[in-house]
Amino acid sequence: MKYSWLEVFKAGFSGQKQWPAAWPEVSPKAAYDVVIVGGGGHGLATAYYLARDFPGTRVAVLEKGWIGGGNTGRNTTIVRSNYLWDEATNLYEHSMKLWEGLSKDLNFNVMFSQRGVYNLGHTLQDMRDIERRVNANMLNGVDAEVVSVAELKERIPILETGKQVRYPVMGASCQPRAGVARHDAVAWGFARAAAKHGVDIIQNCEVQALDIEAGRMKGLQTSRGYFKAERVGCVTAGHSSILAAMAGIRLPVTSHPLQAFVSEPMKPVLHTVVMSNAVHGYVSQSDKGDLVIGAGLDPYSGYSQRGSPHVIDHCASAMIELFPIFSRVRLNRQWGGIVDVCPDACPIISPIPQVKGLYFNCGWGTGGFKATPGSGHVFAHTIGQDQPHPLAAPFHINRFVTGALIDEHGAAAVAH
Amino acid sequence: MFLIHCPYCGELRDEQEYRCAGEAFIQRPGLDCTDEQWGDYVFNRTNPKGKVIEQWAHSAGCRKLFVVERNNVTNEIYAVRTFESYKEQA
Ligand SMILES: Cc1cc2nc3c(=O)[nH]c(=O)nc-3n(C[C@H](O)[C@H](O)[C@H](O)COP(=O)(O)OP(=O)(O)OC[C@H]3O[C@@H](n4cnc5c(N)ncnc54)[C@H](O)[C@@H]3O)c2cc1C
Ligand SMILES: [Zn+2]
Repeated sequence: MKYSWLEVFKAGFSGQKQWPAAWPEVSPKAAYDVVIVGGGGHGLATAYYLARDFPGTRVAVLEKGWIGGGNTGRNTTIVRSNYLWDEATNLYEHSMKLWEGLSKDLNFNVMFSQRGVYNLGHTLQDMRDIERRVNANMLNGVDAEVVSVAELKERIPILETGKQVRYPVMGASCQPRAGVARHDAVAWGFARAAAKHGVDIIQNCEVQALDIEAGRMKGLQTSRGYFKAERVGCVTAGHSSILAAMAGIRLPVTSHPLQAFVSEPMKPVLHTVVMSNAVHGYVSQSDKGDLVIGAGLDPYSGYSQRGSPHVIDHCASAMIELFPIFSRVRLNRQWGGIVDVCPDACPIISPIPQVKGLYFNCGWGTGGFKATPGSGHVFAHTIGQDQPHPLAAPFHINRFVTGALIDEHGAAAVAH
Repeated sequence: MFLIHCPYCGELRDEQEYRCAGEAFIQRPGLDCTDEQWGDYVFNRTNPKGKVIEQWAHSAGCRKLFVVERNNVTNEIYAVRTFESYKEQA
C-alpha cells in the first residue's frame, strides 16, 4: 500500500483500525546473496539501497533484538553536515541531500525538520575553530554562518548570553539546513521500503559465528540456524569488535556508553538545536515537547547500555548554565547506547582485506544517525559492486595502515 | 559509577579521580616491523565485551599507573594490581 492522505481518509471510515502491517513477517530462506548483520538504521538503509539499485539480489537483514533497538532508537537525532575535512563533508552532505527527499522516497514520514543547528563557542580558540570550519563548509558548498552574541540573543532568547557565567558564550556557528528527524520512523521507513523491494527482515536472530573458508565468506551461524551467504555486511555499531573477532580480526575501535536524557513534555520553548563542545552538552525540543539532551561518553570502554551518573550530572549542570529557564524542568528518562569510537572520529566503510566477501560499516561513534541514508547508500554500492563507492573510498580500513586518517575530532567530538 | 582501590594509596576512591588509559599489555613491535604490524599496534584494539584488563592512572591522587581487571558490562572490578605483580607471576 502506498501511504497517502486518501488512504488516511478511507481508513477513517473504520476508525483507523484497518491498516495492514507495514512489512510482512517472513520465514527465512536458507541462502541469500547478501546478508546484512544489524537491523539499525544503517543496516536497513544498506539493505534498501542494495535491493533498489541492484535488482534481483536476495538480501536479508539479521537483527539480534528488534529493528532500531540499538543506537538508532537511542540517539538524539541531530542531522548536520558541517564537518571540517573534504572527505567527511562530502559524505555527510551526500547524506543531507538524501534526507531532504527521504520521506517522499520511502513514502514514510521521517519527520525531518531542518530547524538549524547552532554550535556555541566559549573561548577565543573555539571562535577561531568555528570560523575555520564555517569557511571550509562554504568552500565545500555547505551552508554555514558565523553568528555573533547579539544575533544569538535575538534568535534564541532563552539562551544565557550574559558575561556573569563561568564560560560566557562568545558566538556560534550555524547550519540552517541542519536539524532533527524522528529516529524510530527512520528505522521503520527503511524497513518498510526495503521489504517492499523484497528484503527479508529477520528479528530475534543473533549472529554467533561467521563461516569463513580459505579466506572467503561462506555463511553465518545464528540463533535461528545457518544461513548461506557469500557476501556479508556487518553494521553492528558498538558490537563491531565482537563480529570482527568472529572473523579473527581486530578493528581500530573502542566501545563506550553514550548517554542522553529527556524531560517531561512542555509547550514549545526551543525551536532549534543548540550544542556546546566546551561545556559539554546539547539540546533540542522534540515535536512531542520533551527536551532531548545529550551528554558525553563514559571515559572508559563499556558495553552497559546505562552509563555513569557523573557524566549526565556534568551535562545537566552545563545545560542549566546555558538555559537557566530549564533549572526546574523535571527529567523523565535517561539511557545509554554503545558507540564504537574510531581514533580519527570517522567511520570505517570498507571491504575487509583478509576475507573475500566480508564488509564492515562501523566506527560511527557518537555521530552516525545523521549519516544513515548516505552510509546505507555508499555501503550498498560498495557491496553491490565489490569496490568502494567513491565517497566511501577514503573511509577504507587501510587508512589505519597507510596513516591517511581523516581527523574530525574538532567537528565530531561532543557535537553529534 | 564505581569505586577503585588504588594499590599505591591503599584507598577506595571514586572513579572520577582516575583516568582510564586503555587496554594493558599492548606489545610494541620491533623497529623492523611491517606497516601492517605498526598499524595494528597503534590503532587496533581487542575491545572485548565482558572482562577487560586495562591500565588506569590515579590522576587526581598519586598519579601512578596500575592495572584494573574489570567487567565492562557490569562494571564489577575483579582485581586491582600493580604492573610489578604481573612480572612476579610470569
Ligand atoms: C545517546 C546517543 C546520542 C546520539 N546522538 C546522535 C545525534 O544526535 N546525531 C547523530 O548523528 N548520531 C548520534 N548518535 C550516534 C548514532 O546513534 C549512531 O551512530 C547510529 O545510530 C548508528 O546506527 P547503526 O545502524 O550503525 O547502529 P545501531 O542502531 O546500534 O544498529 C546496530 C544493530 O546491530 C545489532 N547487532 C549487534 N550485534 C549483533 C549480532 N551479533 N547479530 C545480529 N545483530 C546484531 C544490534 O542489536 C543493533 O540493532 C548518538 C548515539 C547515542 C547512543
Ligand atoms: Zn593512588
